[in-house]
Amino acid sequence: MSEEYFLLGNEACAKGAIRAGCRFFAGYPITPSTEVAEALAKELPKVDGAFVQMEDEIASAGALVGASWSGVKSMTATSGPGISLMQENIGYAFITETPIVIVNVQRGSPSTGQPTMSSQSDMMQVRWGSHGDYEPIALAPSSVQEFFDFTIEAFNLAEKYRCPVFVMSDEAVGHMREKMTIPEEIDVETRQMPKESPEDYLPYKAPENGTSKMPAFGDGYNVAITGLTHDERGYPDTNNPETHTKLVKRLCDKILKNRQDIVSFKEENCDDADLIVVTYGSPYRSAQTAIHQARNEGLKIGSLKINTPWPFPDEELAKIAAQADDLLVLEQNLGQMVHEVERVAKSDANVHLLGKIGGELHKPEEILAKIKEIKGL
Amino acid sequence: MVEEKQSPYLKYLREDRLPHIFCPGCGNGIVMNTFFKALEGTDIDFDNIAMVSGIGCSSRIPGYVKCDSLHTTHGRALPFATGLKVGNPDLDVVVFTGDGDGASIGGNHLIHSARRNINMTVICVNNNIYGMTGGQISPTSPKGSFGTTAPYGSRDEPFDLAKLVAASGASYVSRWTTANPLQLVNSIKKGLNTNGFAFIEVATQCPTYYGRKNKMKTPTAMFQYLKDNSITKRKADKMDPEELKNKIVIGEFVNKSEPEFTDNIRELDEETSKKPYKKRTAYEEL
Repeated sequence: MSEEYFLLGNEACAKGAIRAGCRFFAGYPITPSTEVAEALAKELPKVDGAFVQMEDEIASAGALVGASWSGVKSMTATSGPGISLMQENIGYAFITETPIVIVNVQRGSPSTGQPTMSSQSDMMQVRWGSHGDYEPIALAPSSVQEFFDFTIEAFNLAEKYRCPVFVMSDEAVGHMREKMTIPEEIDVETRQMPKESPEDYLPYKAPENGTSKMPAFGDGYNVAITGLTHDERGYPDTNNPETHTKLVKRLCDKILKNRQDIVSFKEENCDDADLIVVTYGSPYRSAQTAIHQARNEGLKIGSLKINTPWPFPDEELAKIAAQADDLLVLEQNLGQMVHEVERVAKSDANVHLLGKIGGELHKPEEILAKIKEIKGL
Repeated sequence: MVEEKQSPYLKYLREDRLPHIFCPGCGNGIVMNTFFKALEGTDIDFDNIAMVSGIGCSSRIPGYVKCDSLHTTHGRALPFATGLKVGNPDLDVVVFTGDGDGASIGGNHLIHSARRNINMTVICVNNNIYGMTGGQISPTSPKGSFGTTAPYGSRDEPFDLAKLVAASGASYVSRWTTANPLQLVNSIKKGLNTNGFAFIEVATQCPTYYGRKNKMKTPTAMFQYLKDNSITKRKADKMDPEELKNKIVIGEFVNKSEPEFTDNIRELDEETSKKPYKKRTAYEEL
């Protein structure tokens, strides 16, 4: 039987985590994400899980990696300032191919900014924030339901691709109360043990665009894990250009070459549209009202909601750009993902931005006015 | 022909990773030897050991040992080790760190791990200097000692790590030098058998950087310095602080039984779920 709830976004996220098999949470209190930690502090002990309030976010990210190598699915929830502190250990998770889930309930920034106000200004922070070349996966929920669904998906992708996965929520979604449904059947990716015996196992011997299976510490595989550039055995090999190139290229390719499998988006009313509104996260909600009104007025407006900002859905957006005259990007920042849209759309469509900061959501009338301005009405 | 003597502990090492990167005369070899000897004096199964370290010379030790090891980011060994131990409390977690890694960049994690009294053995190899980066002063460099970042002598007060960790709540704390291998073996053994946070500080020689910068160019000169400047805790307790300036107080500082962090989590789980604790796992659908 499916179950229906009326929940806060952050509570739905915690429920999703438990359902996905998360049994370890390490975090540090930070607005507007704290309810995720509070819910898990209550729920995890009921399912033999562990909740640890760490001394800071640097420690939280480190603990997630440690817990993951102990053979447990692990997660944290934070906001922009917390991500800033976690960046070094997030990079460690990338190079060591450690599955972890990081929920970012975004708030007004930079610095301490607006702790209680909504924002989407950390999109590039999670894309480029840790030093070095890597390809992150990020999901952006626009509703309480999606915060639940995408948290589960984040765990599944983390396990499948052995990498950190971000759930890029925002204060509006985190603190929104809505009806949501927990379906009876949910696909949960479980971790697979290596098929090889410990004697034959090489922890970083992986297919060209893929990753290997990981054992847990204590399983007898005696794996040596390091943040240094390593060979297939996991041994440091830092002065060999070939080893470094091969490793880092594979880490990127395992995401980029599997883009088709990872990306998720929702297309509505695009077939006849000459202007398509491109959103991710909560601006999608305001866009829906605006598009409905525009359609009522006879304007041919479509919607593309990107569920996975990272990796960016290049092919899908290129297709949309080819069929529309204009793309209008809505985001709660001064223009971040719009650069990706411009990169992909090239000269096929005119790309416009309605970026809004300050913490309030876009108003449907603001969107409608922008649409009319673009259409010269 | 001279017969080559093999270490009885070679069996614990990844021989395919040798030769190691440590300088001639480095104290890391002595610390590794005492660790293996201590381990053999306990009931701990070597295969159940998980070693964690940060960044620095001593943090390279776990990578040479044939067990599961996590060579983490600078200063963060303890948070990673915390995740590992909480995730699977059955693992025997051993952390190797140094004075820069453990007490400077990782200082906050050190006091919080001790406060939680989480069951792990931390061996802090204290050479009073940053070796890996070439001889900068550390938070344990004695006042007046020289380093590349203290060309006129350090004017900073050093940390007393053993006292710091003791005050933070650890179950077991001791300090020895590499010139006290027998006491060190005994202490590491006690640490491994402690159900709580065990911190063993080892004052060690770095002839390459500390020695060269401080008129003790040879390992023997540094060894002599460690011997001449160490005072047992029993004697030190009767001396006044002025006399103890820049001295190394050796001995056991804490050995007590206190509630342990992962035991507390297990108890909470059992009380809340009203069922016996079941191992956490990512390998099964829960």
